[in-house]
Amino acid sequence: MKKFALQDHELVPTHIILISEEKEKVLEEYGVGAAQLPKIHISDPVIKDMEEVVVGDIIKIVRESPTAKQSIFYRLVID
Amino acid sequence: MTVPKRIGKISFGLISPQEFRRMSVVKIITADTYDDDGFPIEMGLMDPRLGVIDPGLRCRTCGGRPGECPGHFGHIDLIAPVIHVGFAKLIRKALRAICRECSRLMLLENDKRMYLEQIKTLIELGQPIDDVVNKVFSEARKPKKCPYCGASQKDIKFERPLSYIEDGHKLTPSDIRDRFEKIPDDDVKVMGMNPDSARPEWTILMVLPVPPVTMRPSITLESGQRSEDDLTHKLVDIIRINQRFQENREAGAPQLIIEDLWELLQYHITTFLDNTVSGVPPARHRSGRPLKTLSQRLKGKEGRFRGSLSGKRVNFSARTVISPDPNLSINEVGVPMEIAMELSVPLVVNSRNMDALRNFVRHGSEAHPGVNYVTRSDGRRVKITSRNCEEVADMLEIGWKIDRQLMDGDIVLFNRQPSLHRMSIMAHKVVVMPYKTFRLNPAVCPPYNADFDGDEMNLHVPQTEEARAEAQILMRVQENILSPRFGGPIIGGIHDYVTGSFLLTHGERRVNRREVMELLKKLPVSDLPPPKGVDEEGRPYWTGKQVFSHVIPEGINLSFRADFCMNCDQCKEEECEHDAYVVIRDGELLKGTIDAAAIGAFKGKLTDRVIKELGPSVAAEFMDSMTRMAIRGIMLAGFSFGIDDEDIPREADNQIQDVVKTAREDVQKLIEAYDAGELEPLPGRTLDETLEMRIMQTLGKARDNTGSIAGRYLGLDNSGVVMAVSGARGSMLNLTQMAACVGQQSVRGERIHRGYEGRTLPHFRNGDLSSEAHGFVQSSYKHGLSPTEFFFHAVGGREGLVDTAIRTSQSGYLQRRLINALQDLEVNYDGTVKETRGIIVQFKYGEDGVDASRRDYAGPENVHRIVQKVLGKESS
Repeated sequence: MKKFALQDHELVPTHIILISEEKEKVLEEYGVGAAQLPKIHISDPVIKDMEEVVVGDIIKIVRESPTAKQSIFYRLVID
Repeated sequence: MTVPKRIGKISFGLISPQEFRRMSVVKIITADTYDDDGFPIEMGLMDPRLGVIDPGLRCRTCGGRPGECPGHFGHIDLIAPVIHVGFAKLIRKALRAICRECSRLMLLENDKRMYLEQIKTLIELGQPIDDVVNKVFSEARKPKKCPYCGASQKDIKFERPLSYIEDGHKLTPSDIRDRFEKIPDDDVKVMGMNPDSARPEWTILMVLPVPPVTMRPSITLESGQRSEDDLTHKLVDIIRINQRFQENREAGAPQLIIEDLWELLQYHITTFLDNTVSGVPPARHRSGRPLKTLSQRLKGKEGRFRGSLSGKRVNFSARTVISPDPNLSINEVGVPMEIAMELSVPLVVNSRNMDALRNFVRHGSEAHPGVNYVTRSDGRRVKITSRNCEEVADMLEIGWKIDRQLMDGDIVLFNRQPSLHRMSIMAHKVVVMPYKTFRLNPAVCPPYNADFDGDEMNLHVPQTEEARAEAQILMRVQENILSPRFGGPIIGGIHDYVTGSFLLTHGERRVNRREVMELLKKLPVSDLPPPKGVDEEGRPYWTGKQVFSHVIPEGINLSFRADFCMNCDQCKEEECEHDAYVVIRDGELLKGTIDAAAIGAFKGKLTDRVIKELGPSVAAEFMDSMTRMAIRGIMLAGFSFGIDDEDIPREADNQIQDVVKTAREDVQKLIEAYDAGELEPLPGRTLDETLEMRIMQTLGKARDNTGSIAGRYLGLDNSGVVMAVSGARGSMLNLTQMAACVGQQSVRGERIHRGYEGRTLPHFRNGDLSSEAHGFVQSSYKHGLSPTEFFFHAVGGREGLVDTAIRTSQSGYLQRRLINALQDLEVNYDGTVKETRGIIVQFKYGEDGVDASRRDYAGPENVHRIVQKVLGKESS
């Protein structure tokens, strides 16, 4: 069976792993600890589809929004 | 007053018998409460060490007076252990999970370690551990033999409410307790409990705490008799049985009697904790009323949490029937004199207001605006009467506080239940009035969802300067004209306001000088515009549009389609021949008719523009002037609706009959085609469905046709049409139903099929598919319905009633759950939405960080407006 890249689907928003400097920038911007971000399971289909994601990473999710054009979310990868 | 202690953290757990004894101030041994002289008996249920409730006495434990002493727990030593009902399910799970011999959790060491690890991480993340714990219990139940001591396990049956039966023998609470005591601490942790604060055996009571008298006060009736609290009654029962149990056991009574007594003790303690356990008959008062015991005090709407902590009764509030007064401002509320004299605002005397306040005090409490109480600087309160008012007024000093009666200009909160959104409580300015109802401008009915068929509303008087300021700035009606739901005005003209402005502004309505004066009577107008023209007799006249322009603030430029726009194929805009295209230039109404689309609640485009361009104060003024003028506009024209307004000429009636008849025949033809098998099914439908759809279509079209026939004879001279077209009340469909034909009645969107087998009513043949046999009402309300039509109409009407009844209860509960889940969320200054622990819920409020009520319907329209404002003309 052919394997599809989940992120190519139009209904799946873009998921990006943040590198550590970016991580710190995000946490500083919002003035919170990583534990205060929304969570995403490492077993989430999109996360499983991505490479080199480990627990504790922060994922940036960019979503198309009818009102704001782009809405950005950050999620902490948890077990 | 002592400094209140700060709560650092709260931890929940079970209390051990040792803990119970340690916190107890007295061991209760007698079931008696007071002796013959009315003094509490020592070591009885009203022992003075448990706290004080009688005024004048002091607590024997802490020395506090009633009100200061919080009360202290006592205890009863139970002769035999008893199960705590609240833990019956936990006990069952634990019994099945542990070995009957060695009491170890029947899981392999490795599994235990794994589960423990999972629980630990979940706790660190602050997430519920229920799923893991349930898994532990269900896995540990499976082995037939204990993996540690090898003892074979027996099935434990649980019988409601509180029996655990193993192999045909009932386990006594002592047996269970013995087993639980042997569970190792490590196993307890795997079961999701913390052995330091909650050991499993503590779910079985050895000692019963006796609540302090302060939470079960006895009341003295007028007859001098004492009446004890329900909890005290229950405790009396427990102590009696406990004593009897002890006597019998010491006397060596037969096992059977001991067991019975044990059971009885269990019953009393169960009902003491919870009197609604299924399978246990509720304990009753002598009168037959079920006792209100511990759990009943906490649970439900009137319970401690929902009834006493989240919601309380308050002072400085009033409630009465509401009625309309279009001459009030939307920011005002009319308060009856009687209420105004009861409610008060606290004011502190200072050097600047001294004389004014002294004057209030001089009025006493019987002349408005007077003063009800004066609080001196030492905290003593003096009730002001006509006798002492002069004296107190002369004594008045700086720093004293007076409770001044409510008077004009005070700010109060006004509320109508159900308080579903923030506009259900708004701040109004008081206007004291005669008579006994609260008065409000009907334009503020929509946010409260109020009408005047007997609705009551509540009024609250803020008691601090901060509260008043906050109410004034955030909660005033004018600040809430725009709804955060859709960004448009939720306050606006309704009913007669819409009709009035429609009648005034539609077409070239001429008004003479006297009428203009009447219309502008209550408005701040100093001079009239030049008259539009001179009539045949040489007298000047003005147009309704000119008069209405007076209430539109200067600087408003706006054009839009009125509510009664006919939706022509090609909109001629400013050249509209129906006068349905509104053009306003610099506050001058040039063309078009003012109706619901301009000033109505929920849709008013004019109101919307005024508030967004010129701010809430101007908008409030506009609403006030508009409502005053519109009411005079409708009074000037005169407006009524009666049964003869539904009259249509005979020829129209004949045409309607023809339409209905053809429709009936068309249906008959469809049925014949269906019977002959000539009907073509629509794609994706069965033949039956196709027939039903075609019939519905035909009949629907017939009803519309009758409506348009009737509409041809009902013009704008008909008051029903004026209301429907202007958006004031009702629709053309309502008029059609009254004048022409009621149409098809439906249940769940289909024709009516229910009833007898094969037919709806005995008036029809079996299998009759005709229009009249399935709920088509060809009569109009004016003509009256035939008996079968009436029945079908009732069937259809009932569905509507049931739907609304179900919808309100369902949406009410949904709302409650939503609000409980969302009430602590907060939008921060950086636009993030966080909950109390600082956990982010949204990174930007609503994705775009926009407050809907500050948004101008968004879209490119906004740009056009800015261009127009800057250039002073339409952009191309």
